[in-house]
Amino acid sequence: MSAPVLEVQGLHVWFELERGGELHAVQGVDFSLQPGERFGLVGESGCGKTTTILALMGLLPPSASVAGRVLLDGEDLLARGEETVSPHRWTDIAMVFQGAMNAFNPVKRIGDQIAEPMKLHGVSDGRAARQHVGELLERVGIPATRTSSFPHEFSGGMRQRAAIAMALACEPKVLLADEPTTALDVMVQAQILQLLVELADDFDLTLVLVTHDLPIVAQVCPRAAVMYAGEIVEIGMTDTLYHDPRHPYARLLFAATPDLSGDSEVVSIPGTPPRLDREIAGCPFAPRCDRTFAPCGTVKPRLLTTGPGHAAACHLNDPALKAAS
Amino acid sequence: MSVNGTPLLEVENLVTHFPVPRGVVGAMSGKPKRVVRAVDGVSFALREGEMLALVGESGSGKTTTAQTILRLVKPESGTVRFEGEDISSVSGRRLRALRHRVQLIFQDPYESLDPRFRVQATIEEPLLVHGEGGRRAEREERVRDALTRAGLTPPELYLDRYPHELSGGQRQRVAIAASLVLDPKLLVADEPVSMLDVSIRAGILALLDDLRRGGLAILMITHDLSTVAHFADRIAVMYLGRIVEEGPAREVIAEPRHPYTRALVSVVPRRDPRAAADAQILRGETPNPVAIPPGCRFHPRCPIAIPECKTIDPELRAPAGARAGHLAACIRA
Repeated sequence: MSAPVLEVQGLHVWFELERGGELHAVQGVDFSLQPGERFGLVGESGCGKTTTILALMGLLPPSASVAGRVLLDGEDLLARGEETVSPHRWTDIAMVFQGAMNAFNPVKRIGDQIAEPMKLHGVSDGRAARQHVGELLERVGIPATRTSSFPHEFSGGMRQRAAIAMALACEPKVLLADEPTTALDVMVQAQILQLLVELADDFDLTLVLVTHDLPIVAQVCPRAAVMYAGEIVEIGMTDTLYHDPRHPYARLLFAATPDLSGDSEVVSIPGTPPRLDREIAGCPFAPRCDRTFAPCGTVKPRLLTTGPGHAAACHLNDPALKAAS
Repeated sequence: MSVNGTPLLEVENLVTHFPVPRGVVGAMSGKPKRVVRAVDGVSFALREGEMLALVGESGSGKTTTAQTILRLVKPESGTVRFEGEDISSVSGRRLRALRHRVQLIFQDPYESLDPRFRVQATIEEPLLVHGEGGRRAEREERVRDALTRAGLTPPELYLDRYPHELSGGQRQRVAIAASLVLDPKLLVADEPVSMLDVSIRAGILALLDDLRRGGLAILMITHDLSTVAHFADRIAVMYLGRIVEEGPAREVIAEPRHPYTRALVSVVPRRDPRAAADAQILRGETPNPVAIPPGCRFHPRCPIAIPECKTIDPELRAPAGARAGHLAACIRA
């Protein structure tokens, strides 16, 4: 293994609430990414997946406070806040926002909008920028002749491709994509996912795919993390996550996902995720879990290694606790 | 199945067009009138106790088909028979009577419920609108009943709550209860779970499945083939305003005959990472329904098109070796 391009260590995010108190949205997240790796961050709404990647970009709102380290090629982006993030934002680490395809300025030509970050970051300007925009569009599967089109002249799929081109404008090493295919049709979704895989492979781009859609992660990302209540509850190879899950939430989440084969019963997970504005005693998933035992209500499980490159935060994986109960 | 064996809902050759706005300048300069052929000759039948999934991408006409059946839009031509009665041109009192028996569930339970209404009032509303349910005590009984049928038990726990006090799944159940209170025969569900978290979707789908078993007919509008594989009895795949393939859900998904269905099925992401299918990614996107290609409407994107496909507009027919009720509109199927 080569040196990781990105290492997230003990990341915490708190949001100050208007009515007082704090919401602990991300509660100690760790993961590291190899160059050219495709990594999935999966979970349901409110699990902290989007907050996590916004923290990596230094794009959280002022009401948020952050702790932990985000090492990009060894340099801590969080060390001095904006001062340390901004030189790397878009040039080394870029993001495709959820709904980006609908966020283009309707009265400006696509090409000019893609050129903006290049000018802003002094990557290129004028004719060089125009040529670069053409190349970028070709790279994402849009003819270079379309640079002077307006957003409304593009289909949804093309706008999403353009949004990806914009994120790639300054040739980042890491691309964070937040629900990049939600709201797209199945066939267009397949086209965009294929494009992301090709980009990662061809340019050694590290891809972090954030989604609620497990099957997308299963097909696109060899490795993934499942998040629940602000924490990673299981991380490892996607194949192991599906075939030998070590956290009940990961297992139930797969079981709750319908599959084309239609052959197994689809289950629902009773209850709702815990509130994150108060301390959680024990395991945050315990109230909804089908495998709880003595320590789950009181002792908070930590991520334990369950195999090579695989870890889960569940007491079932702790032989000492299991033996004691 | 109804007593005399006729389907509850029969749609025949339904056509729904929308005019394309020309603008004042366009109209004055004599720009030709153009129409979006949103539904362009759709036929199907639905029986009591059956769930039919109408599947397609945006622009396929699946939502317009449903809206036409609900008479939210008027068809250009064709018939929609409900319990044997042609409802494609009814109005006034008879239309109200129809709305009674056909109910709609929306995609977004966060927007379909009035935030100022308590659950009790939300579910009682349809009774009041239709002047039904008689005395107050009787209405209350029916509200409780509907909540129970929608799986919100005991109903007392929910009656006085406001939407913001409910989870997404509970809101969708309230919306379903409000549609059940009039005791409809047909439920049209437009992407009923796509806004909900995965962990609670199954509960809503199982509820719809229970209602179907209880005799309700359900027309589900969806783009999600995996859900269809688990819950629908039959499936109708739409492309550019037409049904291109129809049949028993599991069979159509396991052995699609139309090249469009085949491609669609092949690109559905599977939850097992090892189940990587041989994805047949079609190029481009569904064309504009203003300019529907001549011949087979799928031929410009079809991987197996032959010259005849440019001229022959194929009809739905049983492909060789297919089971009863499995139809495809392809001369090569």
